[in-house]
Amino acid sequence: MAKTLDVQRERIHPYKFTMWVAIGSIIMMFAGLTSAYIVKRSQAGWVMIDIPPVFWFSTVVILASSATIQMAVRASRQRDMPHYRQWMVVTAILGTLFILLQVKGFMDLRAEDIRLVGAGSNASHSFLLAIAGLHGLHVLGGVTALLIIAWRVVRSRTRTYSSVPAEVVSTYWHFVDVLWIYLILFFNWMR
Amino acid sequence: MSTEITQQAHAATIQTDVHGHHEGDHGHHHEESFISKYVFSQDHKMIAKQFLITGMIWGIIGGLFSVLFRLQLGYPDMSFPFLEDMFGKWAAGGRISNEFYYSLVTMHGTILVFFVLTAGLSGTFANFLIPLQVGARDMASPFLNMLSYWFFFLASCIMFASLFLQTGPASGGWTIYPPLSALGQASEGSKLGMDFWLISMAMFIVSSLLGGLNYITTILNMRTKGMSMTRMPLTIWAIFFTAVLGVLSFPVLLSGAILLLFDRNLGTSFYLSEIVVKGEILPNEGGSAILFQHLFWFLGHPEVYIILMPALGMVSEILSVNSRKPIFGYLAMVGSLFAIAILAFLVWAHHMFVTGLNPFLGAFFVLLTLLIAVPSAIKVFNWLTTIWRGNLRFTPAMLFAIGFVSLFISGGLTGIFLGNSTLDIHLHDTYFVVAHFHIVMGVASMFGMFAGVYHWYPKMYGRYMNNTLAYIHFWVSLAGAYLIFWPMHYFGLAGMPRRYTDWSNWQSFNMFTDANRVISTVAMVVFAVQLLFIFNFFYSIWKGRKVTTQNPWGANTLEWTAPIRPGHGNWPGEIPEVHRWAYDYGKDGREFVSQVEPVSDSESKH
Repeated sequence: MAKTLDVQRERIHPYKFTMWVAIGSIIMMFAGLTSAYIVKRSQAGWVMIDIPPVFWFSTVVILASSATIQMAVRASRQRDMPHYRQWMVVTAILGTLFILLQVKGFMDLRAEDIRLVGAGSNASHSFLLAIAGLHGLHVLGGVTALLIIAWRVVRSRTRTYSSVPAEVVSTYWHFVDVLWIYLILFFNWMR
Repeated sequence: MSTEITQQAHAATIQTDVHGHHEGDHGHHHEESFISKYVFSQDHKMIAKQFLITGMIWGIIGGLFSVLFRLQLGYPDMSFPFLEDMFGKWAAGGRISNEFYYSLVTMHGTILVFFVLTAGLSGTFANFLIPLQVGARDMASPFLNMLSYWFFFLASCIMFASLFLQTGPASGGWTIYPPLSALGQASEGSKLGMDFWLISMAMFIVSSLLGGLNYITTILNMRTKGMSMTRMPLTIWAIFFTAVLGVLSFPVLLSGAILLLFDRNLGTSFYLSEIVVKGEILPNEGGSAILFQHLFWFLGHPEVYIILMPALGMVSEILSVNSRKPIFGYLAMVGSLFAIAILAFLVWAHHMFVTGLNPFLGAFFVLLTLLIAVPSAIKVFNWLTTIWRGNLRFTPAMLFAIGFVSLFISGGLTGIFLGNSTLDIHLHDTYFVVAHFHIVMGVASMFGMFAGVYHWYPKMYGRYMNNTLAYIHFWVSLAGAYLIFWPMHYFGLAGMPRRYTDWSNWQSFNMFTDANRVISTVAMVVFAVQLLFIFNFFYSIWKGRKVTTQNPWGANTLEWTAPIRPGHGNWPGEIPEVHRWAYDYGKDGREFVSQVEPVSDSESKH
């Protein structure tokens, strides 16, 4: 009896759990894409891909943003709302910077006359665009979520000190970070 | 007692937390507006009804399409002027044009597989049954749940709009294989219709992911006190595995569809290579059309279990309740669902035996495919032993459940034929395949759905459906299903291919002309009987016999402890506590013992 109650209390918050399942789902999506990439790579006519050097800068940026969101979670747990909001906004800015750097990377490729889409494009660089682009969309979704949450802290009439939104969004943020590191290493080794 | 209060308080915080975006708490008594009650409802029961009724509308459209192309197949030498009146150039001279035929077949498949049997079936019963049977006030996130329905609605609107495009809807088959589907110049249906199809499916995937996340979280996190995993009804187990399959396989289809969108609209070459269309040489090089098939069937095969598994669960529950006997081999039932869920991911290439797949690799897929017969046979054995010497009550739900078992056996046996790569070389793309998947996945899951609707209708609307109409519906549907699909096995064995508009000039298949006519006639009768079901459904919402007792079927599960017409929140006061599994029927001389009844000293623990 007492045992079931303990289990009840230790149970993970449903929202956090939902986020973990959603992460599983996103992993399947990128697993599908990267395995399609591997299959395609083993076939004739594959052009080795060039990874734009800017991507390494964006990697540093997204790693830094993982640190800042962790600061936000810590501030949220300590109910330090001003710092919480501040770190959320910093993270969102870093996320936006990441996306801009990614776009810059693809523009650099275009400048080197490597076609990503259209006639004369090779599936290898199209894959780079599709996979990194979809990852970028996931980061964009995270930025939106961060801004909404930061906005709510300011706007909300009732003061809530729940750290659940911060924890859920930080889980997601660390995930897109790790996903990017996987992707850049994958592209680097599987050119 | 004090611990109990803490726990209550804890549950309350989660509730308010979860519903935080409402104005205050969602009370059980405050008046709801029409919009928040019937349209943008966050009540899982209302969302379930929205899924069901949308699914029924799609069912009529998809079924009507099959009647139209059956007209062409059964009466190739006749012309039907009313078709020209209705469809204009698509049926010039009263005969269905080739393009129109392919559009009808494609849309029939898409609508029935995704919109009726995925959204309509698991959307309805997952939403309706999970909170009621595990003892929760609502889903983990009622808001995401509402979004799940509205994404489905959006997908429905886009797909429906595609029917009215000048170039027609997608027509490359529900599997949309490139290069046909990737090249607008290759066929009318590969023009705008295909883009609509892809965007609609993207919305549909979002809908089913949002739904699936909720189902999994609710089942794992929101069960009431005492509802351990092994006390859950089999419906919930089946829905759980269905949701896991959906969450893991739909994203892969999305990947494949995104790459296809790239190929269609951005000129990339993921799937395209060295193609000449109408004398024009395309610049695409280095793509692989087979790659799409791998990505598609990695979803596509789990998809057939996504369709079937909720039916497996509901049938288990209904057979047990109406036999007044415990389900035979509860853990074996759970284990076989688990085995089917795992195998679902390991057999996709059996759809691709004739694509030039390495025969050595094919052998593994044959083995894994045939292994599915083991859990399937366990399930059939357990159903038969459950109803064996039971006190059967032939309610409409029970009849449909028994009909399901019959169809599952008949359709499953032909799966063993097709799972062998050597036999598949002969049978691939013939009517044998059409017969197989229609019986085992289409009609069987449909029967599971009907069983579910008849069984839980009293809980949904507080009224019964008309039994006489239900019996007519059952017997005509069962006889019709076998009359339509049984002969198709013989067509297929004789080598008659799928996807042909007209065989009348093909001497070898002229012997099937009469059989085809019979099939088409029966198809029309069966379609008419489904309209009878729809009439019965809507008529009974307002005029059906009223339910007067809380537990009309004498069932053990939690939904029957809620009020006859439960409000948002399901139980007034506390959520009942569970003390035993869901299948104590005919125990110690009692007909049934509800899950909420404490285990007495004379009983052993479950």
